[in-house]
Amino acid sequence: MRLHEFQAKRLLADYGLPTPRGAVAFTPDEAEAIARDLAVSPVAVKAQVLAGDRLQAGGVRMAHGPATVRSAAAAMLGQRLATAQTEDDGLIVRRVYVEEGVAIARQLYLTLLIDLRTAGLVVLGSPEGGEGIEERERKGELRCERLSLPIARPADRSELSGFLARLGLEGPTNEAGCDLVEGLRRAFVELDASLIEINPLAVTASGELKAIDVKMTLDDNALFRHPELASLRDEAEAERLKLSAHRNQLNFVQLDGDIGLVSNGAGLGLATLDMVHRAGGRPANFMDIRTTARSLDIAHGFALLLDNPKIRTLLINVHGGGMQSCDTIAEGLGIALRKSGRKLPIVVRLAGLNADLGRYRLANFGCHVIEAPDMGAAAERAVAVAAGRA
Amino acid sequence: MAILLDRDTRVLCQGMTGWAGTHHVAQMIEYGTQVVAGVTPGKGGRTHIGLPVYDRVAEAKAATGANASIVFVPPANAAAAMIEAIEAEIPLIVAVTERVPVLDMIRVRDALKGAGSRLVGANSQGVLAPGICKLGVMATGSERPGGVGIVSRSASLTSEVVAQVTEAGLGQSTTVGVGGDPVHGMSMRDCLELFLADDETKGVVLIGEIGGFEEQEVADYMAEAKPAKPVVALIVGTHAPRERRMGHAGALTSAATGDASAKAAALERAGARIAGSAHLVGRTIAEALSRAR
Repeated sequence: MRLHEFQAKRLLADYGLPTPRGAVAFTPDEAEAIARDLAVSPVAVKAQVLAGDRLQAGGVRMAHGPATVRSAAAAMLGQRLATAQTEDDGLIVRRVYVEEGVAIARQLYLTLLIDLRTAGLVVLGSPEGGEGIEERERKGELRCERLSLPIARPADRSELSGFLARLGLEGPTNEAGCDLVEGLRRAFVELDASLIEINPLAVTASGELKAIDVKMTLDDNALFRHPELASLRDEAEAERLKLSAHRNQLNFVQLDGDIGLVSNGAGLGLATLDMVHRAGGRPANFMDIRTTARSLDIAHGFALLLDNPKIRTLLINVHGGGMQSCDTIAEGLGIALRKSGRKLPIVVRLAGLNADLGRYRLANFGCHVIEAPDMGAAAERAVAVAAGRA
Repeated sequence: MAILLDRDTRVLCQGMTGWAGTHHVAQMIEYGTQVVAGVTPGKGGRTHIGLPVYDRVAEAKAATGANASIVFVPPANAAAAMIEAIEAEIPLIVAVTERVPVLDMIRVRDALKGAGSRLVGANSQGVLAPGICKLGVMATGSERPGGVGIVSRSASLTSEVVAQVTEAGLGQSTTVGVGGDPVHGMSMRDCLELFLADDETKGVVLIGEIGGFEEQEVADYMAEAKPAKPVVALIVGTHAPRERRMGHAGALTSAATGDASAKAAALERAGARIAGSAHLVGRTIAEALSRAR
């Protein structure tokens, strides 16, 4: 679960992360009032959407004086902001963060994440933070330092100090950096984060550290330990389809083709996607039915597909087994088809646990399906149907 | 001989008294697996589906001689259950539980360091040695005893490939699901090493996908070890929609290892035969084996 910048800054302030003073505004009036309270110039007005690359997209503006802050906020609030990390139509800006400007002497990059190779927590840092860091990494021009961090005890102070010295932090700034990284380490473990990224981490002229922008994601699988954090989820911003799928034990990704895909298991789903592509077809989605989904969940999943006017055919590729059997999925399909009333050609390949029962169920629901003997044939048939060739 | 399992595998089940544990232990017993005990803290002394239940793994092991455990404990306590089994020196632990917090899996991996246990999973369908022992939740019926070892990140594709291998007139020595989570126990490379050392296994099928680095690790190992047995790989997700990137961390850490075509190319260079599509795996391993003969 991804957090807004203001949420992450608020959480991490409790762990000693130094951030510029600021507050959230929902209206231009509130933004102006916050600017008056801050009584500094300039002030940053930052759109709070769950996507990065806001600066280039005009989602971060520096403003001088409360009146300018007001007009900057008015220009963002209620508008859609499209960045390199959003869909083309962008996200609606519902709030802005109004924050004191910082005179930056140097910019660093700092991130804590799980290193899958070592199965441990790691902090990565670069002495060259700010915009375009990914571009420099691609060109191999980026210097990047790393340090493994323990999860069961505080980090070794001298290791931390050495790591920060490699990033060019000396003296009291190095000391402050050690506290900062140790605070983030503790926050990562205690809050069950999966990523904390600070870019840039500013060094001011007086050698103070300030986190200018913070990205933070939490491990969805650990939210049961943190009900207070679960409530931070911005449901207004989650894609409607994904949210509905999530509630119904499905993994769902919308694509722009005309063949609706349904499989049980992510691996079989990805394989089906590949086969449809190879046969020259265009999938309308990726959908994987989790083992814990019941037939009503599955019916909700099929409804997501049947609601999509672009879809010309469904391809159902199921290998029943373990905890998910073919008949449960057939029942979900039957329920969804009856509710929607839409007539679509449906290509079905059922194998494994209760495949025969699944076919029987489909027949009882009055579903007319095109059966295929194996996955390859099913994919080719669905592509032919979508193209009007069968 | 299969890998990991044999006729002397004696299984205890952690979380047996829950719905999933009850259902799947019954299926395992029906398959012929020797399940000897259940462990559920607070329910020690009871009998459940004809088996004695103990409070602790160490107790159950001492009383029954169990040498493997299957874990169905829900996510909140799954890591503690795995660590308890590691501390009780159970040689083989299979964790089926899905959605275990990733930091918990790091705690489990820390507990495994220097310990004598092997962990498969979490989020694994388990290990199956056809005709010998089923330690997992996979569907059975299309497997046959034979010479193909299968290691996979995907339960549904494993079922599919088992059926194809049998259809091609072959059978399986063992199938292993390493688990779908980013941090887990045994790696694909660990399993490949066991298959290469196993006399009964004549060829290996590796089922990988986008994301992570394990297939690359297998490729590096194969390039060095130059296995005499044929290895067939299927990597799915070539046409998967790219995930919206999240910050810059991915670019700094993964450096193009997650790409499906890159993985397939690395494996091919290392001597693996690549199955061109998911429905061709059975045929591909059959051809590879007949050529090797």
